[in-house]
Amino acid sequence: MRRESLLAALGAIGLVACAWAVPWLKFVLTIALAKGIAVLGILLLLRAGQVSFGHSMFLALGAYTVAFLAPSAPEVLLLLPLAGLLGAGLGLVLGLFLVRYRDIFFGMLNLAFAMVMYSLLEKLYALTKGTDGIRVARLTFAGLEPDRPTQEWIMFGIALGLAIGFGLLVRFYLASPMGRALAGIKTRETRLEFMGVPARRVLLAAYVLSALMGGVGGALIGMTTRHVTPQLAYWTSSGELVFIAILGGAGSALGPFLGATAFELVRVYAAAAVADAWQMILGGVLLVVILFAPGGIWGILARRRQA
Amino acid sequence: MSDALPLLSARGLRLAFGGVKAADGIDLDVRHGEFLAIIGPNGAGKTTFINMATGYLRPQAGRIEFEGQPILGLSPRAIVRRGIGRSFQLPQLFTEHTVLENAALAIAARRGIWSPLAPLLRPRWRDEAMELLDRFGLRGIAESRADSLNEGARKLADIAMAVALEPSLLLMDEPTSGVAAAEKMLIVETLVRVLRSTGVTAVFVEHDMDVVARFADRVAVWSQGRIAALGPPAEVLADPVVQRDVIGIATHA
Ligand SMILES: Nc1ncnc2c1ncn2[C@@H]1O[C@H](COP(=O)(O)OP(=O)(O)O)[C@@H](O)[C@H]1O
Ligand SMILES: [Mg+2]
Repeated sequence: MRRESLLAALGAIGLVACAWAVPWLKFVLTIALAKGIAVLGILLLLRAGQVSFGHSMFLALGAYTVAFLAPSAPEVLLLLPLAGLLGAGLGLVLGLFLVRYRDIFFGMLNLAFAMVMYSLLEKLYALTKGTDGIRVARLTFAGLEPDRPTQEWIMFGIALGLAIGFGLLVRFYLASPMGRALAGIKTRETRLEFMGVPARRVLLAAYVLSALMGGVGGALIGMTTRHVTPQLAYWTSSGELVFIAILGGAGSALGPFLGATAFELVRVYAAAAVADAWQMILGGVLLVVILFAPGGIWGILARRRQA
Repeated sequence: MSDALPLLSARGLRLAFGGVKAADGIDLDVRHGEFLAIIGPNGAGKTTFINMATGYLRPQAGRIEFEGQPILGLSPRAIVRRGIGRSFQLPQLFTEHTVLENAALAIAARRGIWSPLAPLLRPRWRDEAMELLDRFGLRGIAESRADSLNEGARKLADIAMAVALEPSLLLMDEPTSGVAAAEKMLIVETLVRVLRSTGVTAVFVEHDMDVVARFADRVAVWSQGRIAALGPPAEVLADPVVQRDVIGIATHA
């Protein structure tokens, strides 16, 4: 546990140092933190043995919330919690239905909902401008509108702060009765029922939290990229979240951030070095992780430090 | 509590799976505070009875009352909350959790699991779980993962979780099956000591006639979905028909 906190502190300092030393990386790292927050939600569901192949729908919901509302309500400190609430709301509505299903059905039903959202975003051109997407209007930060570089620093700072906050929240959650019961769904769901614990409600609570973090992550992405497209809700984007969860490792709330940072950095450098081989590199990395480091990057770090 | 009113009362329970009559008119009263053994060959419907009494299976006919209230049609969850606990023929532990966490989760289930921030193993619950494990002689393996235990320990942990819910009626499905013979009496003695100290009423399915003779107040003999005999062990086990049809089969099963 102390090792985890130390690594988290070092990681945070490392990110700030990177962002400071290589200014253009600030953008990449902000996106990585935003995705990491969404991947925390995937990690929660993984604890219950469930995989959502549609969680990018919450990313899209958060990002489009920002894109739609920025012209009339440009305040970042308002839009972020709003995106989280809307994410949680959608998570609650879909979750009430989804928590009846397990395994492949759970995964595919999530995918189905995400596909519906993707089609809506793509087809409702009058509202969403279809695949062209929407440019995010100017934003204010606590009423102020600083210059562009300052805004980038602020977004990076907010993303880092939220990553730490949600990371801690998930860490506490996983050790709580609700979190341990959630993990019980993976091994002995019927026992929960015979202890008087409603397993579906345990999963629903985690699903709503995961959706909330998806919404916040999506809002951060919208605010950082300043351009929101339906691609965010596409199934490849959901797959990416699962990929990052496995890459980073499900053993710790740090995993999603380790995974997301590695993922975004490899993408940036690999895409620059070997433009066409990006997908192949990804596939190769995933293969290596699954075969040789099933605990992901976190698993490697935790093992090293124990040795 | 009046003696006239049984704790659990089943009348005319019927349940068939296809052509198999797993329950074919079960009438049974479980008295307050007694240890009632259920014996009978495999496939006689013993587990089915426990499944019906805990809401896992719904009989096609009949009724069950617990503390004078009908419980038929209630979910397993609702029945547990009313005070009927159960353990399983195949122990149902959270295999990736430690024994301590298994016990603490059962304690949390009774005290309220809906706290997302305070740890499950908060000092008070940890102590309470440790104390529970101690009573079952499991303190030494509290930190072991549940899937690393031997059969005897798994059975005891499974029962400990049911006891943690503080039921007034505990239904145990073959608490000693699969346990090494050398361990068996030790486990039964541990169990009986804990159960006597809680004052819980217990129904247990058992194949070992020594255990039944020593620890049961009454014994019910199951046969093809019916109760063939019911009474004190000394009488029932001495009955030549029971000896031939049930005990003979059971000991060879
Ligand atoms: N869920 C079920 N579906 C189909 N048949 C069942 C089911 N449960 C029990 N049975 C059948 O009912 C009969 C009684 O089973 P059970 O109650 O498990 O017996 P016992 O516990 O006495 O060995 C058996 O023939 C068994 O195969
Ligand atoms: Mg049985």
